[in-house]
Amino acid sequence: GAASADPDPTATLIVNDQIEIATRAPAPDHLKDVFDTVQSGWLYRTEETRALQMDDFDNPAMVFVDLGLEQWDGVDGSEGKSCASCHQGIDSMKGVRASMPKVNPAGNDLWSLENFINACRTQRMGAEEWKWNSDPMKQMTAAISLQSRGMASTIRIDGAAEPYWEQGREIYYTRYGQLELSCANCHEQNAGKMIRADHLSQGQINGFPTYRLKDSGIVSIHGRFVGCIRDTRGEPFKPGSPEFRALELYVASRGMTLPIEGLSVRH
Amino acid sequence: MLGAVAACLAAPAAAEITPTEVRFDNGAVAQSLTGVPGDPAAGAKLLSSRADANCVACHMIAAQPDVAFQGDVGPALDDVASRYSEAQLRGIVANSKLTFAGSVMPSFYKVGGHVRPGDGFTGNPAPADLGPILSAQQVEDLVAYLLTLKP
Ligand code: HEC
Ligand code: HEC
Ligand code: HEC
Repeated sequence: GAASADPDPTATLIVNDQIEIATRAPAPDHLKDVFDTVQSGWLYRTEETRALQMDDFDNPAMVFVDLGLEQWDGVDGSEGKSCASCHQGIDSMKGVRASMPKVNPAGNDLWSLENFINACRTQRMGAEEWKWNSDPMKQMTAAISLQSRGMASTIRIDGAAEPYWEQGREIYYTRYGQLELSCANCHEQNAGKMIRADHLSQGQINGFPTYRLKDSGIVSIHGRFVGCIRDTRGEPFKPGSPEFRALELYVASRGMTLPIEGLSVRH
Repeated sequence: MLGAVAACLAAPAAAEITPTEVRFDNGAVAQSLTGVPGDPAAGAKLLSSRADANCVACHMIAAQPDVAFQGDVGPALDDVASRYSEAQLRGIVANSKLTFAGSVMPSFYKVGGHVRPGDGFTGNPAPADLGPILSAQQVEDLVAYLLTLKP
């Protein structure tokens, strides 16, 4: 019940006894009237689940990073190229996850990390695109996200990104499904409370992609959004849809003062 | 084909009030939705069932200590019958928003007006004739159970 309703105020996320990652931060300016402090979903999980994220040997997501690294070096498509052919080591992707989603090079769409990966595959490698929630895509986003671990978000919510941000905010406050619940109903109004067995967090995405113990696998940002709207007895938007990319930008902006965790572990 | 569909949608009993016919008075609903007295034992089960009502997702209830994982999004339901009349409780269960404006509590006996409604928890779009979350008799069963909750 209510006994465990508040995150442990003493919990500190230190990975491999070395990398300290802030899990609390002052709310970004645009959210100041809602929260003083934004908090990572890590704080709302049990001590055992939190511990899994504190050591790369225990973190089950790291297996998927290794598979992603194999993809990185694997030649695919008509051009006979791998990611490494052009980008060299995966460390060239440092900071990339922290900037997502962002307006594409042509300036006419908002792209998530998955879109950039598929653009390289189809336009530069002559390879087939990967489905949004396919294993190779999740392995690749896992490997790329790890390169931004501990880094500050660099997303833009003004200029060309602003209309997408506005659209995402609209979606965040829309009450979906037969249960008529918005993201804000659960993650803003009721963060810290229990909804049945689940401790409601602020629904931040700085920890994504995440390893979910319940699914024994990686869950993408849009995969989580699908699950949350389905739980309202609603019909979710499709992973990769314009709606979910806009929502991704808006949700990212609610946690833009929190560092990227690389790969989180959730129950 | 159409005949088969029509046959599946069992016609409501003559006395049953459909969701669009319910008369709310300041959020309260005086008239029974079915005319058949509610069954408090069935209501007790519904309250904690995951599939349909799942009230304990948001409410704690001391009278059901065996039910694990009770939520605290809404107030505890203990002694709720001493705070509300039967008509008020029926109104709260049928459409809570007419008692508590903007409430996060779902409206359990309401059709239409939903944004992207689904077919239960499948994620598929809802059928065109999506019924209310609870049947009229289930609402009556819940109300009958809630009325037993007093000091
Ligand atoms: C019915 C309540 C409910 C609604 C509505 C809801 N969520 Fe959730 N959400 C949950 C629960 C429960 C969890 C798992 C516990 C947690 O982390 O909060 C969760 C988890 C999440 C997480 C993972 C957080 C983490 O750190 O692992 C994100 C992100 C998220 N939700 C975003 C959203 C967005 C965006 C929406 C709206 C499209 C939304 N949710 C709507 C209940 C809800
Ligand atoms: C033939 C060359 C080539 C190949 C092969 C290639 N890329 Fe790219 N990639 C580029 C170029 C050029 C850009 C745009 C300029 C830049 O941002 O470096 C880019 C951009 C990106 C970006 C966006 C970076 C940012 O900061 O916005 C990502 C992510 C990316 N590539 C991932 C991959 C992955 C993963 C693969 C393999 C599956 C791959 N690329 C294969 C040439 C390539
Ligand atoms: C998603 C959350 C949620 C669910 C599910 C839910 N409720 Fe509620 N309920 C609330 C909230 C929140 C309130 C407080 C009213 C408000 O301020 O919105 C409330 C208020 C009530 C009240 C008035 C309690 C009081 O003391 O004022 C009753 C009675 C009630 N609910 C019964 C039920 C029943 C019966 C069910 C299941 C059929 C149910 N609720 C399902 C959230 C919920």
